[in-house]
Amino acid sequence: MSEMNEFDEDVPEIVKRFMYVNRRAPYGTIYALECLEVVLIAAAFDQDVSVVFLDDGVCQLKKNQDTTGIGMKNFSKTYGALDDYDVEKIYVEKESLDARGLTAGDLVIPVEVMAADELREVMAQQDVIISS
Amino acid sequence: MAYECNGVTVETDEEGYITDISLWSRELAIQIAAEEDIEMDDDHWEVVNFLRNYYEEYQIAPAVRVLTKAIKKTLGADKGNSKYLYELFPYGPAKQACKIAGLPKPTGCI
Repeated sequence: MSEMNEFDEDVPEIVKRFMYVNRRAPYGTIYALECLEVVLIAAAFDQDVSVVFLDDGVCQLKKNQDTTGIGMKNFSKTYGALDDYDVEKIYVEKESLDARGLTAGDLVIPVEVMAADELREVMAQQDVIISS
Repeated sequence: MAYECNGVTVETDEEGYITDISLWSRELAIQIAAEEDIEMDDDHWEVVNFLRNYYEEYQIAPAVRVLTKAIKKTLGADKGNSKYLYELFPYGPAKQACKIAGLPKPTGCI
C-alpha cells in the first residue's frame, strides 16, 4: 500500500528548462537532423523547451534549401512542425545571422532574434543545455 | 515481409512499415489495412489522406497527440479526438494509419 501512495500523492510536477543549441551546418554531419528529432520526441514530456540556432546552425533554418546534389533528405520543412509539437521558444543569435548576411526573413519559420548577450542571460536560466 | 501490388514487390521493415514511400498506392493501402484487420471506408481515407498531406508538408509522420490536434484544427472537434480516431484505428491512429498511409513510424511516439 505504501508503494501505491507514492503515486497517489498530489505532488506538483517538476518542470525543467531544457535548451537545445544548434551550432552546425544542416548537412555534412547528422547532428542537425538528430537534434531536431530529439526536440520533437522530448516535446512529449511537457517540459519547458527552447531551441537555439547560432554560428553555422542558423543555416539549418534557411529558406530554399536544395539537397538534390548531395542525395540527402531536405528536412528544413520539418522545423515547421515544431509549432504543432508545442515548441514555441525558438531563438536565433543576431550576430550569427549578420555574419552570414541573413535576416529573420530568410528563415523557414518565425523566430525570436536575440543579441548574444541577451541569449547568454536566457542560457544562464536553463536547467539543462544540450549542444549539438 | 513484403506486399505484392500491381506486379511490384513492396518491402517492409520488421514492424510492417513500407521502406520505399514512393511505391505507395491506394491499392497497396487497402492491402496493408487488410493485414491490420481494417476495411477502408471514407472516414479511414480521410485520416490517411490527412497524414499523407502532413508528411508532404513537414516531411514527418506526426505523433498521435500532434495528429489529433492537427485534425481538430482542420476537420473539427468531432473528428479531432482520441475516441473517434481509436474507433477507426484500434491499435493506435498514428501507428496504424501511418502504416496504411505508407509513411515511416511517427516521430515522437513513445
